[in-house]
Amino acid sequence: MTFEDIFTSLSQKFPQGILGKEETKPDASIKVDPSAIHDVLKFLRDELHFETLHMVSGVDYPALPALCVVYHPGSYTHKMIVPLKVYLPRTDEAKVASVTDLYKAANWHERETYDMFGIRFLNHPDHRRILCPEDWVGFPLRKDYVTPDYYNGMPVPLFFEDGAPTEGGAH
Amino acid sequence: MQNELNNTGTAELKETLRTDELLLNMGPQHPSTHGVLRVVVTTDGEIVKEAKPEIGYLHRCFEKHAEASDYIAVSPYVDRLDYLASMNNSMGYAIAVESMLGIEVPRRAEYIRVIISELQRIASHLMSYGTYGLDMGAFTAFMYGFRDREMILDIFEKISGARLLYNYMWIGGTYRDITPDVVQQIKDFLVYFKPKVEEYNNLVTYNKIFVERTRDIGVIDLKTCHTYGLTGVMLRGAGLKWDLRKEHPYSIYKEVEFDIPVGTGQMGTLGDCWDRHIVRMKEMIQSIRIIEQLIDGIPEGPHRAKVGKVIKPPAGEAYSRTECPRGELGFYIISDGTGKPFRVRCKSPCFMNISTLNELSQGVMVADLIATIGSLDIVLGEVDR
Repeated sequence: MTFEDIFTSLSQKFPQGILGKEETKPDASIKVDPSAIHDVLKFLRDELHFETLHMVSGVDYPALPALCVVYHPGSYTHKMIVPLKVYLPRTDEAKVASVTDLYKAANWHERETYDMFGIRFLNHPDHRRILCPEDWVGFPLRKDYVTPDYYNGMPVPLFFEDGAPTEGGAH
Repeated sequence: MQNELNNTGTAELKETLRTDELLLNMGPQHPSTHGVLRVVVTTDGEIVKEAKPEIGYLHRCFEKHAEASDYIAVSPYVDRLDYLASMNNSMGYAIAVESMLGIEVPRRAEYIRVIISELQRIASHLMSYGTYGLDMGAFTAFMYGFRDREMILDIFEKISGARLLYNYMWIGGTYRDITPDVVQQIKDFLVYFKPKVEEYNNLVTYNKIFVERTRDIGVIDLKTCHTYGLTGVMLRGAGLKWDLRKEHPYSIYKEVEFDIPVGTGQMGTLGDCWDRHIVRMKEMIQSIRIIEQLIDGIPEGPHRAKVGKVIKPPAGEAYSRTECPRGELGFYIISDGTGKPFRVRCKSPCFMNISTLNELSQGVMVADLIATIGSLDIVLGEVDR
């Protein structure tokens, strides 16, 4: 099976859910509607032998503007990975269905995507930050994120020029 | 006494025998956690009810740093992810960027890369062998493992100038060429090291105490591997013959012959801690085989392709993965055509490995939890990034 075959069978099965291809080089990806991603991944897992999910990650596109969740389901049968991209509105309310019930690998990856981008995953069993401290404010991998000068009253970084805080906000 | 208790009724009996659950914090500073990992363990006596890994103590914002640096400057950060297998890490990143640039790496560089990354694999597995032995109470294994790893570090020091974080695999090739005396040193090391694997197996792997400690615990079957996205040694320990060097050959791996060792359940259940250990030991032998095939035939030529001082891949996306000692390391890179990557995402194999810990440790003894964590062979630098 090739990427084209997967795309054809997916668009036949989900005429509404599959929004098209992104012909990026060297690896192309499939655009999926946010409401359909759970069903698409379930179909991929159960019918098309995509046994594993390698990665869930986020991307921030301030120019579009959009937040994007990228899924990399992998197949040992077809020896391939098909990236799926879900575009969400670029707000703090961006949310998409969790796929932790399909692939347990999604659990921590979705937590990390929430931690870094503030994308919420509905029905996630353990929706917490994972890498940053739990009381961290803001989502560091957003492009407009400003590195804070203080964390819980402690100056970060510890060496300011002329002892004055640099640019950025205080927590 | 027995009758008396029975007469009091079951509910009361349970009440009198009730034991308190104990919340135990293992780590973040604990020798058996192999780094700053904190595991919140709920125990009932000696039995583990729940073991929740808490990570993030070593988070260094790799992905944020990468967005602020140019492509070449990301490379040293990549070394610091899995600091026990820096060469494999930076080779993975270099391959990802090269696939975006569409450049071909010179043959000599490919040979050097594969030889060096296989040496690094041996060094990493030696570390795993040593620390796992230490976890299981075999201090000798630790000393032996470090003694031999030291020889590999000496070779790396000669070629790159550093002993742990090399910044050697550059985009387009390698940082420096290797010299004939380094080639000779690698050959000498192979002659010295080849019989050692057998010795270590006799000393530790087939040792009765070690076998009893590691068999039938931490069993990961293939289904668990798939749903948790486990790769590398975990997958092969569970019996699946899958190695990216064979299935998606990158660099010059399709020109060399080697086997993929898999777990067979020889000492107990398929996919237990012992199976993963023996896969690592056998992989060292295969790495020796690969180096032996290449070391005499390194072609002449440049060791680095001509890439500019500023690297600007065309706008696009790439997901490239390589087989590292701990599993498949993936780099998802998005370029917007400028000199800095728009997004770099590192898919770390250890991150997935440690996420299984809670499932693996339901109802095991505390001592077996240590054995299970050891067999996952995690490096916290890569888990937290």
